[in-house]
Amino acid sequence: MNIPAELRYTKDHEWVKLEGDNATVGITEFAQQELGDIVFVDLPAAGKTLKAHDTMSVVESTKAASDVYAPISGVVAAVNDTLGSAPEKINKEPYQGGWMVKLSKVNKSEFDALLTAAQYQELVGNH
Amino acid sequence: MSENLKRTPLYEWHKSVGAKLVSFAGWEMPIQYSGIVSEHNAVRMNMGLFDVSHMGEIFVSGPEAEKALDYLTCNDVRSLVDGKAQYSAITNEKGGLIDDIIIYRFSSTRYLLCVNASNSDKDFQWLKSHNKFNCSIEDRSSEYGQMAVQGPLAVGLVEKATGRALAKEVKSFHFVSLKLFGVDVIAARTGYTGEDGFEIFTPWNRALEVWEGLFGVGEDSLLEPAGLGARDSLRLEACLPLYGHELADDWTAIESGLGWIVKPDKKGDFLGRAVLERQKKEGSPRSLVGFFVNDSGIVRQGDKIVVAGKEVGVVTSGTKTPYLNQALGLALIESKYKEVGSEINAVVRGKELKCEVVTTPFYRRT
Repeated sequence: MNIPAELRYTKDHEWVKLEGDNATVGITEFAQQELGDIVFVDLPAAGKTLKAHDTMSVVESTKAASDVYAPISGVVAAVNDTLGSAPEKINKEPYQGGWMVKLSKVNKSEFDALLTAAQYQELVGNH
Repeated sequence: MSENLKRTPLYEWHKSVGAKLVSFAGWEMPIQYSGIVSEHNAVRMNMGLFDVSHMGEIFVSGPEAEKALDYLTCNDVRSLVDGKAQYSAITNEKGGLIDDIIIYRFSSTRYLLCVNASNSDKDFQWLKSHNKFNCSIEDRSSEYGQMAVQGPLAVGLVEKATGRALAKEVKSFHFVSLKLFGVDVIAARTGYTGEDGFEIFTPWNRALEVWEGLFGVGEDSLLEPAGLGARDSLRLEACLPLYGHELADDWTAIESGLGWIVKPDKKGDFLGRAVLERQKKEGSPRSLVGFFVNDSGIVRQGDKIVVAGKEVGVVTSGTKTPYLNQALGLALIESKYKEVGSEINAVVRGKELKCEVVTTPFYRRT
């Protein structure tokens, strides 16, 4: 199970990469495996203000829709438009080409409270 | 899984290849192997093999077997001949559906009914309690395994395995008994994917031999295992109804779009005849339609259908199907909106998505 050490994680299986006041967010390898083939992604509008735990996005497989939550508070600066025609990127490269949302003005203290790679590994380790 | 789930003879095989197993109708079944999208497309382009051993097999035999079945189902059982099968439905007095089934005629005194796994026990009890004829009804589901090989290459595969020209020998909705890898099976030219192929009934304890045998036919075989996830997306793309979605006890067969298997002019009386005959002639208040989603999003079972803000129906099945790459669905709506081109909206998470009634089936094989 790929769990990059430099990222932080939530128990809802989102990952966060912090870069100064900005963060990139996606869902983990574990999450994409559980969801199966993703065929549609509903992304938020640029400029939207999100609080931690707000519903940020919805990812859909042929069988069901799943909510993705904002792992930390921030403002939507950009979304991965390529997921419109290639939602399967989330399955193939959950941490790279399958990134979902870039946030600006993020709450750093919330970031510090997120799970480390080791803690997330413990959470999903037995699967 | 904590519940006491039943397992098919192929369970260990599914596990050994890493299939994702889920609970379905009291069984532990493979929902996917490599992924729903790739399995769905494999069936459309080449072929896939489905384990459907969880489905039920009920035998109706005796001097009045034909009469009994003609009374208990809405299609014309008397039009069958030995070796022929028909899609049908067990109907109740109100013309609603107990289950949709396929009836196979071995002889005028011996029939096999293949029924949905989720309704196996219900169907058996219903048929027994409504049987007022001289025939016996036996549930022999535990004696039969079943698998379906479906796709443009499927018939060719079984031809290769048997050395018989089955494409010509066994026409659509016909069946034969034959030996497959030394096992006595019933091979029926039927399916639930919209593709050509066979559904194969085997003795329960020999299902694995046939399953593995099929994978071993020829070198570089394009046969892939396919799970219940792809089975659902394939049947929806082909507009085939599913009990619990398009079919229910309290919707009539006409409302569910099954008018083509309702034969009120057939010789004997049958349960639900009065209602079904009237609806077939005069129309029903609700109709099943197929629709495409013209907005960004996926519509699913349970989503409401509205026109000009007024609720006019409900989605019975919906997804984005892999082959057509289109968000689509089936819905039961007020009949006045059923014309092709009708603009209807589906309410998804509080938002209205624009949809349009289209001609069905969405997909038809060439």
